[in-house]
Amino acid sequence: MKKIDRRNFIKGSLAGGLTAAATGKAKNASAAGGTFGGYPDSMGVLVDLTKCIGCRTCEAACNKEQGLPEPDRPFDDYSVFDEHRHGGLPRRTTEGAYTVVNKYEVEGREHPLFRKFQCNHCNEPACLTSCFVNAYTKTPEGAVIYNPKVCVGCRTCMIACPFYVPAYSYSSPINPVVKKCIMCYDTRLQFGRPPACVEACPQGVMTFGKRKDLIDLAHETIENKPDKYVDHVYGEKEVGGTSWMYISDVPFEEIGFDTHLGPDPILNYVKDFLAIVPMVLCIWPALFTGFHLLATRKNANKDDSNKA
Amino acid sequence: MQKLKNEGFEPIDTFVKPNTNNPWTFKEKMLLGLTPQEYMKQLVRNPFNWILAVIYAVGLPILVGRFIFGLGWATHSSYDYPWGLFLGWGLFVMVPLSASGFMLGTTVELFGRKDFKPIERLGLLNGLLGYFFAVVFLQVDLGQPWRLVYPMFVSLGPAAVLFLVAWHVATYLSVQVAELVPAASELMGWVKPKKFVRSIVLGLTVAGIILSTLHQGALGALFTYAPGKVHPLWYSSAFQWFHFFCSSIFGGLSMLIVVSTLSKWFLSWRCDDNFLKNLDRITLGLGKGCSMALITYFVIKIVALAHDNEWAYLLSGWGQLYIFELAVGTLVPLALFTTAIRSNRAGLARLAAFFAVFGIALNRLDTALITYNWKLYQEIPHWREFIIAVVLYATYIVVYRAVLCRLPILYTWQGESK
Repeated sequence: MKKIDRRNFIKGSLAGGLTAAATGKAKNASAAGGTFGGYPDSMGVLVDLTKCIGCRTCEAACNKEQGLPEPDRPFDDYSVFDEHRHGGLPRRTTEGAYTVVNKYEVEGREHPLFRKFQCNHCNEPACLTSCFVNAYTKTPEGAVIYNPKVCVGCRTCMIACPFYVPAYSYSSPINPVVKKCIMCYDTRLQFGRPPACVEACPQGVMTFGKRKDLIDLAHETIENKPDKYVDHVYGEKEVGGTSWMYISDVPFEEIGFDTHLGPDPILNYVKDFLAIVPMVLCIWPALFTGFHLLATRKNANKDDSNKA
Repeated sequence: MQKLKNEGFEPIDTFVKPNTNNPWTFKEKMLLGLTPQEYMKQLVRNPFNWILAVIYAVGLPILVGRFIFGLGWATHSSYDYPWGLFLGWGLFVMVPLSASGFMLGTTVELFGRKDFKPIERLGLLNGLLGYFFAVVFLQVDLGQPWRLVYPMFVSLGPAAVLFLVAWHVATYLSVQVAELVPAASELMGWVKPKKFVRSIVLGLTVAGIILSTLHQGALGALFTYAPGKVHPLWYSSAFQWFHFFCSSIFGGLSMLIVVSTLSKWFLSWRCDDNFLKNLDRITLGLGKGCSMALITYFVIKIVALAHDNEWAYLLSGWGQLYIFELAVGTLVPLALFTTAIRSNRAGLARLAAFFAVFGIALNRLDTALITYNWKLYQEIPHWREFIIAVVLYATYIVVYRAVLCRLPILYTWQGESK
């Protein structure tokens, strides 16, 4: 039988229970309830930010693996760390770069801290749940992949992503699409191999493995050096958990991470509304037809024989 | 046109030409009963048409350019700001201002308030055109507009809020077209379509209420996907849909008051006595509806502040914008409407409606653009984006005016079709 997840459950319930299959799914999933915690054998990557030296090898590997255009400045040009985009913000993922490394000068730290950034591959992705053509898929291996052939270009996924990850090829008039990291799913992950950036890293910053093992590893690493690491595995709980997780020796809010996202997947914020949809659909017809009968009751009252 | 009417011109409102038995031809109906020369003359004489000509001369090439050079050329849409003026204005402002269709359908057909009949069709038309042009705005904004039907037939994502918006706006557009079939039938002399629509009007009206409740709410719910991006004062996971739905009630009614006022001023030649004589009374009646929706909206906005404990934000700069929006867009029209109703002054209610429309527009722009990404930086739409938005809105006005001049919206058709 097909695996049941909450997305299927909601799809099923919203489809109105039109098919027996949908009803069956709903029954199975409602027992689970709560939040979809991710596929059990989902893979992930643990990033140890203390080890990164900012060599940008991962950026180069990603560029090559994904066949992205050559950047304006070569990957061994480290002046990009001083680049700022609109609003004085550091570099972000773009249609030409699915991963970027940024430099953070931290007071009291011997060297600057470098932070690699790409799609975090959420367990319950906001992009996926907000997409009205179902262009996104969370694969059992953990990757969040995207189908450009059905994308209409509404860009709600970019509104929904709490990490500001998806980019869009605005420059293309004919075929603009969303561009983001897919964890090298097509060429590597589905064959059990780690993403190109992980493999290319000369410092061993990233560890590829099963997500649940990586969580253990992360906590073990922190416990072994409690003076060094901040006691927080970023991505373990954020927005329902992500496949990519980070440990750091500097508090995450100081190095560009949003620490106010909370543990709920983004979909949970939308459920208040989703719950009223079937209620309105079911209750309104009878309610308003009833109002109509009440509002036009005067005619009935005029007839004497109806009086009590 | 008013000048022509003063000279003795009578606009078409019946099947046969005055003093004869000859029916009007379709061409004559489209030319308002004027000869082509006369029609051109009155077009050129109208200064508003000159303004339109300038707008199109400047704007049309830029609109074409958007499809040749892409969104990146025409807008400031970016990775951080995926949505700009096209959706901020064209979708999020225009849709609530078009809620008049279902409101008037409900009032007249469902609650049997036949005293609102003279303005019912204007309400329906305001709804239909507003929605239609919201879709036009959307089409200009979508990356691949030719895939608009994908969520319906090709690849379905029914768990998404936008899926609901797409389906509901599409179905509701057809409902509104059906609701206006009687007006077109009268002009064209069709009998069966009008009869058929009359027989299902209650069903259409109830469908209109359901679809409107959900998609007006859904437009608000779209922003619940972005907690932390929309400023907390404009964000409420629990109440966002209700804020948008409730404000669309006074938004749609106020827009109807504004449009009926403009019609009275600029299209009085086309309005009949039934419309003009009843307008003040109806305006105050609509004002009553507005004031009830306004007070409900105000209370639920405050409840949302309390629910998420956001009082502290009121002291920030964003708080000042919030207080300004709520004061000028909600409390001022509320006070004006209630004063107008108490003292029976339709003019004051029209002023109130202007404030309410302004309040809705500001609220939607605040949510979608101004306070969006409040933690990052502010984005100002590209000048080409402004011009394209003006062109599209001008087209909305042109179509609106053209329909009002012809279909029996502001006037009653004389005689039943045979």
